[in-house]
Order: sequence, then structure tokens, then C-alpha cells
Amino acid sequence: MSGEPELTSGWVDAELAEEFPELGLDSVRVEGRPGRSPVAVRERLRGLSDRFTGAKVVHMRQDPVPWAYRVFFRQVGVDPDSDRTPVERIAVERLESGGLRSQNLLDDALVIATVETGVPVIAFDADKVGEQLGLRLSRSGERLGGEGRALSARQIVVADEDRPLSVLFGEISEEHGVTRSTRRMVLVALRVKGVPAISVEEALWTAADVLTEPP
Amino acid sequence: MPDTLVQPSQPFIPGTAAPGTAPDERAARRTLLEQIARLEDELSQLFCSTWPRKGFEWSVPSRGGPRMLSLGELENLRDDLAERLTGARRALSDRTYVEERHRRRIEHMLLEPEKHKWVRVSNEDIGEPGCKHWHVRPRWGVLGMLLSWWRVRISSGCPLAT
Repeated sequence: MSGEPELTSGWVDAELAEEFPELGLDSVRVEGRPGRSPVAVRERLRGLSDRFTGAKVVHMRQDPVPWAYRVFFRQVGVDPDSDRTPVERIAVERLESGGLRSQNLLDDALVIATVETGVPVIAFDADKVGEQLGLRLSRSGERLGGEGRALSARQIVVADEDRPLSVLFGEISEEHGVTRSTRRMVLVALRVKGVPAISVEEALWTAADVLTEPP
Repeated sequence: MPDTLVQPSQPFIPGTAAPGTAPDERAARRTLLEQIARLEDELSQLFCSTWPRKGFEWSVPSRGGPRMLSLGELENLRDDLAERLTGARRALSDRTYVEERHRRRIEHMLLEPEKHKWVRVSNEDIGEPGCKHWHVRPRWGVLGMLLSWWRVRISSGCPLAT
């Protein structure tokens, strides 16, 4: 399809691929800058907000995609009841605050994509990261972003050819995240067992659409 | 092009190899990962069954992830999940037993209110959402008390938010 940004499959370190054969990292590069969300995006966010009810949020963990991420959280040593999966975190925040509040175009795009598909999406500044993104285990003495805080050994990280860019589902390197000066972004989504590839693609295209839609 | 490009293994760095990656452990690791997935599924189902009840403990401590857990850590995690599941099932079973007794009590209250003076049972007591409650009260206040005219008043629901 013309007009749609090209989706790239990232690499997965051999040890991780052996443990989690269906693990994958897909990404898409888009031209776009952060800023205030246009009215259409804010309205879309409001519409999504209305979909949540207490019962729906409770049963969310039995929906196939959120459940697949909960399982993956468990398998990599994260308690999803303390550190919630992204879609559950958004849902609980929505219940607590009474709505999905617009923050900025990028955050809104990521929230919309995550809520609509259940697949979490993160973003980096495309001009500050390498061409090939992937997943690997952190090495002894390695630092987030190359010069940031020290990582513990064998943490699962999103990395480019040279350095770890973010802890999986966690902190993003300040030097490589999206800032006001960003002009091109790379959107990244994690594929785990039980999540159809189409959902991951949908999440990336949804976020890309929101970011590139004319105001 | 394959969906996932597999990067060649990183060079071996002494002291960083996981104790759980030896070839003979792979089958055991896979089995443990499947068991963890199954237990998480059962915990999720149980969590939904307990709603809207409160007071259950679901959390199984984090293992400092996201990282690759060793075989021993996977075993411990599996055991902790199984223990949590058993505990939650037992707690739910105890709770539903009490709720069933409360339901029976409501029936008796409706049949013979004079034998259950001032007893009050709420929706929460029978594991239902909402603020409805059944309360045995005398008809016409003091006069009803003196003449033993008791009845069950059923509240209409939650008070409006102010």
C-alpha cells in the first residue's frame, strides 16, 4: 500500500530468541515533530476514554493481547500487578482520573495505538539512533544510552548497533528519546507469543497515522 | 525475509552466562515458561471471578526484571504463582461459603423478620456490586417494636455523589 510507512523487523539476540522464539521487535520511521495535539486527536482520545468501564478494565487481563503481555512480564521477572502492562496502566489511570487527558501529540499517539490494539508502542528520535534496532541482554558494566545510568547485567534492552536505548517496557535513554527538536521518529513495538503480527502492525500504523495526520 | 532477524550470539563474557542456558536445561526452561503462562491464565480467570470482591492478594514479587531468569528463579516463580493461586482459590471458596450463608439469611429474614430483629445484610456480604442492603426494622417505629411488627426494608441503591 502506498503512503503507509515501511515496517521493519528488528533483530533479536540469539539467546533471547532461543528462550522466546516468537519474540520480535517491529519499527516504523515517520517524519513528524512533537507538539500540541490537534482537535481531532483530542476528540479521538475522548472517544476512546468512553470505552472504559470498571468491569471492562477488570476483564481486560483475559483479553488475548493484554494477557499475552502479562504472561511475558511474568516470564521475564516483572510482576504485572505491581508494574502494570502499558495498556492496563492506561486503563487504570483512565478510571482514576475519569478520562484520557491529552498531553502532547506523541504521547497521545502512543496512548491511542496502545488502547486500540493492546500493543505498547514507544518512540525514539530517529536521527539519534542507529538504523537497526533490536532486542538483547545488557552486558556487564553497560550504561543506558551509552552514557546514562548503569544497567544491571542481563537486563532485556532495546538497542541499536552501538548501545542500549531503553530498558524493555521501562526507562528510555534521555539522549535518544523524542524531544522538541526531534524531526523524525522511530516507533517501536514489541511482539510476544500470543500477539498476532497484524496487531503489532496496526499499533505502529495507528501511531504513525496520528503523528502524520495534517491538523 | 524472515519476520525476525536473529543476530549472531554475542561473544562469551565470563561471569555473564545465565545458569539456565545450558543445552540440557532448555527443555526444562521451556516447560517452566509454559507452566508460568498457564498459572498466569488461571490467576487472571480467578481475578475476574472474584470481582467485585475486595481484599484478595494477587501480587507475586518481581524478580528484578525485565531479564532472563535462571532455571532456579523460574522454578521459584512457578512455585510462588502456584501458591498464590491456591491461596486465592481457598480465600474465594471461604468467601463464597459465607456469602451463601448470607443469602440464606436474607431468605429467612424475609420469611420471619421477627426472628431477625435489626439484622442488616448488604450486597457486599453476598458478593454483589452496589450498595443495596436488607435491613429488618419495626413497622411504625416504637409501636411496631412493642407489637412485634417487623419487616425487611430493602434499600434502593447507592447514595448520589455530592
